[in-house]
Amino acid sequence: MANILVFIETKKDEIREFSLEALNTARKIADASGGKVYALLVGKTDGFDDTLAHYGADVVYKVTDERLSNYLTVPYAKAVKAAMDKAGASVFLLSATSLGKDLAPRVAAKFGVPMVSDLTGLEYKDGKFEIVKPLYAGKVYGTFELSAEPAIISLRPKIFEKGEPDTSRSASSEELTVDLTDDDFRAKVVEVKEKETGEIDVTEADIIVSGGRGVKGPEGFELLRQLIDVLNKAGVGKVALGASRVAVDSGWIDHSHQVGQTGKVVAPKLYMAFGISGAIQHLAGMRTSKVIVAVNKDPEAPIFKVADYGLVEDLFKVVPEMIKELKEIYKVE
Amino acid sequence: MKILVLLKKVPDTGLTLQVKPDGSDIVRDNITYVINPYDEFAIEEALKIKEKLGDVETVAISVGDEGAKEQIRTALAMGLDRGILVKVDGFWDLDGYTTAMMLKDVIEKEGFDLILTGKMAVDDYNSQVPAYIAEFFNIPQATYIVKLELDGNTAKVERELETGMEEWEVPLPAILTCEKGLNEPRYPSLRGIMQAKKKPIDVVEPSFTPSEAIKKVKLAPPPEKAPGKIIDKEFPENVKELIRLLREEAKVL
Ligand SMILES: Cc1cc2nc3c(=O)[nH]c(=O)nc-3n(C[C@H](O)[C@H](O)[C@H](O)COP(=O)(O)OP(=O)(O)OC[C@H]3O[C@@H](n4cnc5c(N)ncnc54)[C@H](O)[C@@H]3O)c2cc1C
Ligand SMILES: Cc1cc2nc3c(=O)[nH]c(=O)nc-3n(C[C@H](O)[C@H](O)[C@H](O)COP(=O)(O)OP(=O)(O)OC[C@H]3O[C@@H](n4cnc5c(N)ncnc54)[C@H](O)[C@@H]3O)c2cc1C
Repeated sequence: MANILVFIETKKDEIREFSLEALNTARKIADASGGKVYALLVGKTDGFDDTLAHYGADVVYKVTDERLSNYLTVPYAKAVKAAMDKAGASVFLLSATSLGKDLAPRVAAKFGVPMVSDLTGLEYKDGKFEIVKPLYAGKVYGTFELSAEPAIISLRPKIFEKGEPDTSRSASSEELTVDLTDDDFRAKVVEVKEKETGEIDVTEADIIVSGGRGVKGPEGFELLRQLIDVLNKAGVGKVALGASRVAVDSGWIDHSHQVGQTGKVVAPKLYMAFGISGAIQHLAGMRTSKVIVAVNKDPEAPIFKVADYGLVEDLFKVVPEMIKELKEIYKVE
Repeated sequence: MKILVLLKKVPDTGLTLQVKPDGSDIVRDNITYVINPYDEFAIEEALKIKEKLGDVETVAISVGDEGAKEQIRTALAMGLDRGILVKVDGFWDLDGYTTAMMLKDVIEKEGFDLILTGKMAVDDYNSQVPAYIAEFFNIPQATYIVKLELDGNTAKVERELETGMEEWEVPLPAILTCEKGLNEPRYPSLRGIMQAKKKPIDVVEPSFTPSEAIKKVKLAPPPEKAPGKIIDKEFPENVKELIRLLREEAKVL
C-alpha cells in the first residue's frame, strides 16, 4: 500500500495544470496499490478542493499562512515534511517545474534519501518504482529501479496525462500547522515579476512557434508573433514563442524563450521550427514534442530527422501564407 | 571571504552518444568531456566577486574520476585558486544524494561563505546536488540566478523561472545555483593556463558509500520516431497541405 502526497502548485489563483498531471498519476498508483492520495496546498489554499478531488485527491491538506504566499524553499520543504509525516506517505510526487525542482531535493535531503527528477516514465510494481528518464539531454533514455523510502519523484511537465475530471469524487480537507521559526525565513522574496499578461512561457504552451538564425533578426520574430496572434485568436490552445540559442545570443529575443540544452525543455502538442537547423543541443529541448513541424530552406538540415512534417521552403514565404490561410479557416482578423 | 564552486565533468554537449549493446552504459571511448556548461557561470561569478572584493579565496570541488582533474584544471586556468577532487571511478552512476554526501565532508572541512553551482548538470537535468547540500548545512538556497549582487553579508539575486522573475535576498552563508544569462564565462588565458599548472589539486577518497536505492536497469537510445513527411508540393499548395495535415491527420490545430 502506498499513501501518496502530491504538492499542488498554484499561480494567479489557479492550479497549475502540471500539478493535475502529478495528481492523476498519483491516483493511478494509489488505485493499483490500495493507498490514498493527499494533495498539499501551501500559502493560498482557498477554493481548490473540488478540482483536487475531481482529479484524484482523497484528502486535501492545507497550510494556510500569510508568510507563505510566495514560494520559499525552506518553509515549504518543512510543510511538505510535516504533511508526509501526517499522511504516513511513502511517496512524494510533484511536477518538475522550476518550483518543483527547487523543492523536491530539499525534501529528499530532510529524509536522507536519493530521489529521481524529471521523469518521462513511471510504473509501480511490487512495491518498487520502475522509472524512465532522459539522460545526456535526451540522447539516451535510462530505466532505473527506485526503492528509496519515501520515494521522492518529480515528473517532467506535459508528459503525463492529467486525465478527465471525475466530478462525482469528493475529498475531505484538513488544516495543518507547521512549526516555522524566523530562522526558516532567512531567504526573503523581495519582488515577484510575473510574465506580462498574454505572454505564455514555452514550458506552458500547447503550441510553440520557434525561430532560429534563419529568421534573420528581430523583425523576423515580429512575423512569428503575427502567426502566434492568429493562432491565439483561432483558439487552438496556448501559444508561445520559442527560439534557438543563436537567435538569443544574437540579441534578437530574450533568453527566457530559448529552447534546448541550455534553455528550456518543452513538450507541447505542436512545435513549429522556422529557420532552425536542429543542432543536437536544440533537439535536447524539444524532441519530446508530440508533433514537430520544420520549415527550412536546406533539405539536409538535421531538424527534418525529428520532424513529423517538413517543408523545404523559405520561411519568409511560408509564414505569411500560413497567416493568410489560418485567418480564412478560423475566420479571424 | 571564501567561495566554493562545485563542478561536474560531463560529455561534450555536441556529441552523438551510443549506448553499449548490453545497455550498461554509453560507449565512452573517444568521448571528450567538458565542464558542465552551467558550472562555468558559477566559476565566472566567483572570479567576478574575487576581482571586486579582492580578499577572496576560491576553490573548485568536483566528484569525478582521475580524468576530472582536467576540468578542475580548466577552472583553475580560468582563475580559481585551487581544486579538490573527490575521486570516484564511474562517478556518473552516483545519484545526486550520494554525490552530495561525498561533497559534504570536504565542504565541512573547507568551510565557506558562499557556494556557487550550476543550475543543473546537463547530462541528467537533475538539479539535485545543491539543494541536498543546502539542507545538510542548514543554509538558504536560491536557484536559477541570473543576477547577483553582494551587499555586505547579503546576496541580492534575481531568479529566472518559467513563471517570471523573482528577486530574493539571501543572507550568507548560502548556496546559489547559476542560470545562463548571469554572466559570460571567460576563456582561460595563456597566462592562466600556465599558472594553473602550478595550482594545487588535492585528491581525496570519498567517505560515503553509495546508496543503492536507485538501481540502473538499462540505458537505451531515445524511442524511435516514425519517419516524417516532407511535403513535396509547390508553394503555396505545400503550406495549405501542411495546415490540412495538422488539422486532419495530426489533429493539433
Ligand atoms: C554547450 C552548448 C549548449 C547549447 N545549448 C543550446 C540550446 O539550449 N538551444 C539551442 O537552440 N542551441 C544550443 N546550442 C547551440 C547549437 O549548437 C546551435 O548552434 C544552434 O542551435 C543553432 O541555431 P539555429 O538552428 O538557429 O542556427 P543554424 O544552425 O545556423 O541554422 C539556421 C537554419 O536556418 C535555415 N534558414 C536560413 N534562412 C532560412 C529561410 N529564409 N527560410 C527557411 N530556413 C532558413 C538554414 O538552412 C539553417 O538550417 C548550444 C551549444 C553548446 C555548445
Ligand atoms: C545507478 C545510477 C546510474 C546512473 N547512470 C547515469 C548515467 O549513465 N548517465 C548519467 O548522466 N547519469 C546517471 N545517473 C545520474 C547522475 O549521475 C547523478 O544524478 C549525478 O551524479 C548527481 O548529480 P546531478 O547530475 O544530478 O547534478 P545536478 O544536481 O543536476 O547538478 C547541479 C549542480 O551540482 C553540482 N554537481 C553535480 N554533480 C557534481 C559532481 N559530481 N561534483 C561536483 N559538483 C557536482 C554542479 O555544480 C552542478 O551544476 C545515474 C544515477 C544512478 C543512481
